[in-house]
Amino acid sequence: MTVSAELELKPFVLLRLGERRFAVAADGIVELVPPSRVFRFPHQTPQIEGLILRRGRIVPVCDVAEALIGKRLASRRFYLIALRRYGARTEWVALPVTGECELINAERMAVSESDEPHVAGWLSHGGDVIEVLNLDALTPGPEELLANSTTAEALENRP
Amino acid sequence: MRLAVPVKPRSARSEQIILFRISDQLFAVSSSSVQEVRSTDSLAGGAREIDAPGLRKVHRFMRRGDKTLFIVNGAAHFGLPPSRGTLVFVLCNTRTALVIDSIEKMTTMTRLQALPLSFCHEERQWYRGLTALDQTVVPVVHPEGFLSSEELMLLDAALPPPEDSSEEPDGGTELEQ
Repeated sequence: MTVSAELELKPFVLLRLGERRFAVAADGIVELVPPSRVFRFPHQTPQIEGLILRRGRIVPVCDVAEALIGKRLASRRFYLIALRRYGARTEWVALPVTGECELINAERMAVSESDEPHVAGWLSHGGDVIEVLNLDALTPGPEELLANSTTAEALENRP
Repeated sequence: MRLAVPVKPRSARSEQIILFRISDQLFAVSSSSVQEVRSTDSLAGGAREIDAPGLRKVHRFMRRGDKTLFIVNGAAHFGLPPSRGTLVFVLCNTRTALVIDSIEKMTTMTRLQALPLSFCHEERQWYRGLTALDQTVVPVVHPEGFLSSEELMLLDAALPPPEDSSEEPDGGTELEQ
Protein backbone atom coordinates (compact mmCIF):
# COMPACT_ATOMS: atom_id res chain seq x y z
CA MET A 1 0.00 0.00 0.00
CA THR A 2 1.28 3.44 -0.87
CA VAL A 3 1.58 6.25 1.61
CA SER A 4 -0.96 8.37 -0.33
CA ALA A 5 -3.56 5.62 -0.14
CA GLU A 6 -3.08 5.37 3.59
CA LEU A 7 -3.52 9.10 3.98
CA GLU A 8 -6.81 9.23 2.00
CA LEU A 9 -5.77 12.14 -0.18
CA LYS A 10 -8.64 14.13 -1.60
CA PRO A 11 -8.72 16.96 -4.14
CA PHE A 12 -9.06 20.53 -2.89
CA VAL A 13 -9.00 23.90 -4.62
CA LEU A 14 -6.77 26.46 -2.94
CA LEU A 15 -7.95 30.04 -3.26
CA ARG A 16 -6.26 33.26 -2.24
CA LEU A 17 -7.89 36.15 -0.38
CA GLY A 18 -5.38 38.93 0.16
CA GLU A 19 -2.29 37.31 1.66
CA ARG A 20 -4.08 34.22 2.98
CA ARG A 21 -4.95 30.94 1.36
CA PHE A 22 -8.04 28.85 1.99
CA ALA A 23 -9.25 25.53 0.61
CA VAL A 24 -12.56 24.24 -0.69
CA ALA A 25 -13.32 20.61 -1.51
CA ALA A 26 -12.91 20.27 -5.28
CA ASP A 27 -16.28 18.56 -5.71
CA GLY A 28 -17.90 21.79 -4.54
CA ILE A 29 -16.33 23.89 -7.28
CA VAL A 30 -17.89 24.58 -10.69
CA GLU A 31 -15.26 26.75 -12.40
CA LEU A 32 -12.90 29.70 -12.13
CA VAL A 33 -13.91 32.65 -14.31
CA PRO A 34 -12.49 36.11 -15.01
CA PRO A 35 -14.32 39.09 -13.50
CA SER A 36 -17.36 40.18 -15.45
CA ARG A 37 -19.97 42.87 -15.06
CA VAL A 38 -21.65 42.78 -11.66
CA PHE A 39 -25.32 43.70 -11.77
CA ARG A 40 -26.53 45.43 -8.65
CA PHE A 41 -30.04 46.01 -7.39
CA PRO A 42 -31.55 46.95 -4.03
CA HIS A 43 -31.59 44.22 -1.39
CA GLN A 44 -30.93 43.74 2.32
CA THR A 45 -28.37 40.91 2.36
CA PRO A 46 -25.06 42.69 2.97
CA GLN A 47 -22.81 39.75 2.07
CA ILE A 48 -24.16 39.71 -1.48
CA GLU A 49 -22.71 42.44 -3.65
CA GLY A 50 -24.57 41.69 -6.87
CA LEU A 51 -25.06 39.17 -9.63
CA ILE A 52 -23.13 37.94 -12.62
CA LEU A 53 -24.42 36.17 -15.69
CA ARG A 54 -22.69 32.88 -16.38
CA ARG A 55 -23.75 30.18 -18.85
CA GLY A 56 -27.29 31.50 -18.88
CA ARG A 57 -27.51 31.47 -15.09
CA ILE A 58 -27.84 34.41 -12.76
CA VAL A 59 -25.21 33.87 -10.07
CA PRO A 60 -24.98 35.86 -6.81
CA VAL A 61 -21.56 37.30 -5.97
CA CYS A 62 -20.68 36.78 -2.33
CA ASP A 63 -17.57 38.44 -0.94
CA VAL A 64 -16.43 36.13 1.85
CA ALA A 65 -13.20 38.07 2.44
CA GLU A 66 -14.69 40.29 5.12
CA ALA A 67 -15.70 37.27 7.18
CA LEU A 68 -12.38 35.49 6.64
CA ILE A 69 -9.69 38.17 6.59
CA GLY A 70 -11.57 41.09 8.11
CA LYS A 71 -11.76 43.33 5.04
CA ARG A 72 -13.33 43.39 1.62
CA LEU A 73 -11.14 42.66 -1.37
CA ALA A 74 -9.77 45.80 -3.00
CA SER A 75 -8.85 43.92 -6.14
CA ARG A 76 -10.05 40.65 -7.56
CA ARG A 77 -8.67 38.57 -10.34
CA PHE A 78 -11.23 35.82 -10.66
CA TYR A 79 -14.57 34.55 -9.46
CA LEU A 80 -14.52 31.05 -8.10
CA ILE A 81 -17.95 29.62 -8.82
CA ALA A 82 -18.88 27.14 -6.14
CA LEU A 83 -21.85 25.04 -5.19
CA ARG A 84 -23.90 26.15 -2.22
CA ARG A 85 -26.28 23.60 -0.74
CA TYR A 86 -29.63 24.60 0.70
CA GLY A 87 -30.98 21.29 1.98
CA ALA A 88 -31.65 19.17 -1.09
CA ARG A 89 -31.22 22.14 -3.45
CA THR A 90 -27.90 23.34 -4.82
CA GLU A 91 -27.17 26.76 -6.31
CA TRP A 92 -24.12 28.46 -7.75
CA VAL A 93 -22.41 31.24 -5.85
CA ALA A 94 -19.49 33.34 -7.15
CA LEU A 95 -16.68 34.07 -4.68
CA PRO A 96 -14.28 36.88 -5.63
CA VAL A 97 -10.65 35.76 -5.16
CA THR A 98 -7.41 37.69 -5.30
CA GLY A 99 -5.26 35.34 -7.31
CA GLU A 100 -5.16 32.14 -9.29
CA CYS A 101 -6.43 28.98 -7.70
CA GLU A 102 -4.57 25.69 -7.37
CA LEU A 103 -5.82 22.13 -7.38
CA ILE A 104 -4.06 19.93 -4.85
CA ASN A 105 -4.48 16.54 -3.26
CA ALA A 106 -4.25 16.54 0.50
CA GLU A 107 -5.52 14.88 3.60
CA ARG A 108 -8.19 16.75 5.50
CA MET A 109 -7.68 16.99 9.24
CA ALA A 110 -10.80 17.03 11.36
CA VAL A 111 -12.22 20.16 12.97
CA SER A 112 -12.15 20.70 16.69
CA GLU A 113 -14.94 22.03 18.86
CA SER A 114 -13.24 25.40 19.07
CA ASP A 115 -13.26 25.89 15.30
CA GLU A 116 -15.73 28.31 13.81
CA PRO A 117 -18.74 26.93 11.89
CA HIS A 118 -17.29 27.93 8.53
CA VAL A 119 -14.25 25.65 9.09
CA ALA A 120 -14.81 22.21 7.54
CA GLY A 121 -11.30 20.94 8.30
CA TRP A 122 -7.63 21.73 7.96
CA LEU A 123 -4.94 20.93 5.38
CA SER A 124 -1.21 20.96 5.63
CA HIS A 125 0.28 22.16 2.35
CA GLY A 126 3.58 23.79 1.42
CA GLY A 127 4.44 24.48 5.02
CA ASP A 128 1.12 26.20 5.70
CA VAL A 129 -1.87 25.02 7.65
CA ILE A 130 -4.89 25.95 5.59
CA GLU A 131 -8.56 26.21 6.57
CA VAL A 132 -10.98 24.12 4.52
CA LEU A 133 -14.09 26.23 4.09
CA ASN A 134 -17.66 25.15 4.68
CA LEU A 135 -19.39 27.43 2.20
CA ASP A 136 -22.81 26.49 3.50
CA ALA A 137 -21.89 28.15 6.79
CA LEU A 138 -19.94 31.01 5.22
CA THR A 139 -22.44 32.30 2.67
CA PRO A 140 -25.91 33.59 3.52
CA GLY A 141 -29.06 31.53 3.19
CA PRO A 142 -32.48 31.05 4.73
CA GLU A 143 -30.93 29.46 7.81
CA GLU A 144 -29.33 32.86 8.60
CA LEU A 145 -32.76 34.45 8.61
CA LEU A 146 -34.02 31.67 10.86
CA ALA A 147 -31.06 32.10 13.21
CA ASN A 148 -31.61 35.87 13.34
CA SER A 149 -35.30 35.51 14.08
CA THR A 150 -34.58 32.89 16.76
CA THR A 151 -32.05 35.25 18.36
CA ALA A 152 -34.51 38.13 18.20
CA GLU A 153 -37.22 35.94 19.69
CA ALA A 154 -34.89 34.83 22.47
CA LEU A 155 -34.02 38.46 23.23
CA GLU A 156 -37.70 39.43 23.25
CA ASN A 157 -38.51 36.57 25.63
CA ARG A 158 -35.82 37.58 28.09
CA PRO A 159 -37.25 38.45 31.48
CA MET B 1 -49.48 12.90 -51.89
CA ARG B 2 -49.99 15.09 -48.91
CA LEU B 3 -47.15 16.86 -47.33
CA ALA B 4 -46.86 16.65 -43.61
CA VAL B 5 -47.92 19.87 -41.96
CA PRO B 6 -44.85 21.36 -40.32
CA VAL B 7 -45.17 21.40 -36.58
CA LYS B 8 -44.91 24.92 -35.26
CA PRO B 9 -42.31 25.15 -32.53
CA ARG B 10 -44.10 25.89 -29.30
CA SER B 11 -43.19 29.36 -28.19
CA ALA B 12 -41.71 29.68 -24.76
CA ARG B 13 -44.16 30.91 -22.15
CA SER B 14 -43.76 34.65 -22.08
CA GLU B 15 -45.05 37.48 -19.95
CA GLN B 16 -45.43 41.10 -20.85
CA ILE B 17 -43.58 43.38 -18.46
CA ILE B 18 -43.04 47.07 -17.93
CA LEU B 19 -39.46 48.19 -17.33
CA PHE B 20 -39.34 51.23 -15.11
CA ARG B 21 -36.80 53.27 -13.19
CA ILE B 22 -36.57 54.51 -9.64
CA SER B 23 -33.46 56.57 -8.77
CA ASP B 24 -31.79 55.30 -11.92
CA GLN B 25 -32.30 51.66 -10.92
CA LEU B 26 -34.11 49.47 -13.43
CA PHE B 27 -36.99 47.24 -12.31
CA ALA B 28 -39.67 45.22 -14.04
CA VAL B 29 -43.29 44.57 -13.18
CA SER B 30 -45.77 42.36 -14.93
CA SER B 31 -48.02 44.59 -17.02
CA SER B 32 -50.99 42.54 -15.82
CA SER B 33 -50.23 43.78 -12.29
CA VAL B 34 -50.55 47.44 -13.23
CA GLN B 35 -54.10 48.64 -13.27
CA GLU B 36 -53.39 52.24 -14.11
CA VAL B 37 -50.56 54.67 -14.76
CA ARG B 38 -50.96 58.26 -13.59
CA SER B 39 -48.79 61.31 -13.35
CA THR B 40 -47.99 62.43 -9.81
CA ASP B 41 -49.36 65.86 -10.73
CA SER B 42 -52.76 64.35 -11.40
CA LEU B 43 -52.82 63.02 -7.85
CA ALA B 44 -52.17 66.38 -6.25
CA GLY B 45 -55.84 67.20 -5.67
CA GLY B 46 -56.94 63.76 -4.57
CA ALA B 47 -54.15 62.70 -2.26
CA ARG B 48 -54.08 63.48 1.44
CA GLU B 49 -51.28 63.45 3.95
CA ILE B 50 -50.77 60.55 6.31
CA ASP B 51 -48.24 60.18 9.08
CA ALA B 52 -47.64 56.61 10.14
CA PRO B 53 -44.84 56.52 12.74
CA GLY B 54 -41.79 54.60 11.53
CA LEU B 55 -43.04 54.28 7.96
CA ARG B 56 -41.10 56.76 5.87
CA LYS B 57 -42.10 55.38 2.51
CA VAL B 58 -45.77 56.41 2.73
CA HIS B 59 -46.71 60.06 3.21
CA ARG B 60 -49.92 60.23 1.22
CA PHE B 61 -53.01 58.21 0.46
CA MET B 62 -56.06 58.53 -1.73
CA ARG B 63 -59.56 57.17 -1.48
CA ARG B 64 -61.38 55.43 -4.29
CA GLY B 65 -64.91 54.68 -3.32
CA ASP B 66 -64.56 52.54 -0.22
CA LYS B 67 -60.94 51.61 -1.04
CA THR B 68 -57.91 53.44 0.31
CA LEU B 69 -54.73 53.41 -1.73
CA PHE B 70 -51.43 54.19 -0.04
CA ILE B 71 -48.93 56.06 -2.18
CA VAL B 72 -45.58 54.33 -1.71
CA ASN B 73 -42.38 56.20 -2.48
CA GLY B 74 -40.42 53.60 -4.46
CA ALA B 75 -37.02 55.13 -3.65
CA ALA B 76 -37.70 55.03 0.10
CA HIS B 77 -39.06 51.48 -0.12
CA PHE B 78 -35.92 50.15 -1.82
CA GLY B 79 -33.51 52.34 0.17
CA LEU B 80 -32.42 54.22 -2.96
CA PRO B 81 -31.37 57.88 -3.10
CA PRO B 82 -34.41 60.19 -3.05
CA SER B 83 -35.79 60.99 -6.45
CA ARG B 84 -38.62 63.11 -7.77
CA GLY B 85 -41.14 60.53 -8.86
CA THR B 86 -43.21 61.62 -11.81
CA LEU B 87 -45.48 58.62 -12.38
CA VAL B 88 -47.62 56.38 -10.24
CA PHE B 89 -48.49 52.74 -10.87
CA VAL B 90 -51.78 51.72 -9.31
CA LEU B 91 -51.14 48.04 -8.68
CA CYS B 92 -53.92 45.48 -9.17
CA ASN B 93 -55.37 43.66 -6.17
CA THR B 94 -53.30 45.69 -3.74
CA ARG B 95 -53.71 48.93 -1.82
CA THR B 96 -50.46 50.25 -3.29
CA ALA B 97 -49.93 53.15 -5.64
CA LEU B 98 -46.20 53.10 -6.41
CA VAL B 99 -44.32 56.29 -7.22
CA ILE B 100 -41.67 55.76 -9.90
CA ASP B 101 -39.41 58.03 -11.92
CA SER B 102 -40.04 56.86 -15.46
CA ILE B 103 -41.14 54.04 -17.70
CA GLU B 104 -38.32 52.66 -19.82
CA LYS B 105 -40.35 50.43 -22.12
CA MET B 106 -42.74 47.52 -22.35
CA THR B 107 -41.23 44.23 -23.33
CA THR B 108 -41.59 40.49 -22.90
CA MET B 109 -39.73 38.14 -20.61
CA THR B 110 -39.54 34.46 -21.37
CA ARG B 111 -37.82 33.31 -18.22
CA LEU B 112 -38.19 34.31 -14.61
CA GLN B 113 -35.45 32.93 -12.39
CA ALA B 114 -36.24 32.56 -8.71
CA LEU B 115 -34.28 34.87 -6.46
CA PRO B 116 -31.16 32.92 -5.39
CA LEU B 117 -31.56 31.56 -1.87
CA SER B 118 -28.51 33.51 -0.72
CA PHE B 119 -30.78 36.56 -0.74
CA CYS B 120 -32.42 35.93 2.58
CA HIS B 121 -33.92 39.15 3.88
CA GLU B 122 -36.75 41.54 2.96
CA GLU B 123 -35.90 41.30 -0.73
CA ARG B 124 -37.59 37.90 -0.80
CA GLN B 125 -40.90 39.75 -0.31
CA TRP B 126 -39.95 42.52 -2.71
CA TYR B 127 -39.21 40.43 -5.79
CA ARG B 128 -40.89 37.63 -7.70
CA GLY B 129 -37.51 36.83 -9.21
CA LEU B 130 -34.95 38.01 -11.73
CA THR B 131 -34.91 38.08 -15.47
CA ALA B 132 -32.08 38.55 -17.95
CA LEU B 133 -32.86 41.02 -20.74
CA ASP B 134 -30.31 42.16 -23.31
CA GLN B 135 -27.41 40.93 -21.14
CA THR B 136 -28.77 42.84 -18.14
CA VAL B 137 -30.27 41.39 -14.99
CA VAL B 138 -33.53 43.01 -13.94
CA PRO B 139 -35.39 42.34 -10.70
CA VAL B 140 -39.10 41.69 -11.21
CA VAL B 141 -41.08 43.26 -8.39
CA HIS B 142 -43.84 41.58 -6.46
CA PRO B 143 -46.91 43.88 -6.42
CA GLU B 144 -47.89 42.70 -2.93
CA GLY B 145 -44.35 43.22 -1.66
CA PHE B 146 -44.52 46.97 -1.14
CA LEU B 147 -46.71 46.96 1.96
CA SER B 148 -46.74 44.12 4.44
CA SER B 149 -49.86 43.30 6.42
CA GLU B 150 -48.20 44.88 9.49
CA GLU B 151 -47.50 48.06 7.55
CA LEU B 152 -51.08 48.15 6.26
CA MET B 153 -52.34 47.85 9.82
CA LEU B 154 -50.10 50.75 10.85
CA LEU B 155 -51.34 52.83 7.95
CA ASP B 156 -54.99 52.01 8.55
CA ALA B 157 -54.56 53.07 12.16
CA ALA B 158 -53.02 56.38 11.05
CA LEU B 159 -55.79 57.24 8.56
CA PRO B 160 -57.63 60.49 9.23
CA PRO B 161 -61.44 60.37 9.12
CA PRO B 162 -62.95 60.36 5.61
CA GLU B 163 -63.87 63.66 3.97
CA ASP B 164 -66.37 63.90 1.13
CA SER B 165 -64.16 66.30 -0.80
CA SER B 166 -61.20 63.91 -0.79
CA GLU B 167 -62.48 61.70 -3.60
CA GLU B 168 -59.65 61.76 -6.09
CA PRO B 169 -60.32 63.05 -9.59
CA ASP B 170 -59.98 60.78 -12.58
CA GLY B 171 -56.88 61.46 -14.64
CA GLY B 172 -55.15 58.16 -15.08
CA THR B 173 -54.51 55.86 -17.97
CA GLU B 174 -56.07 52.44 -17.67
CA LEU B 175 -53.62 49.87 -18.97
CA GLU B 176 -54.89 47.61 -21.68
CA GLN B 177 -54.47 44.07 -20.34
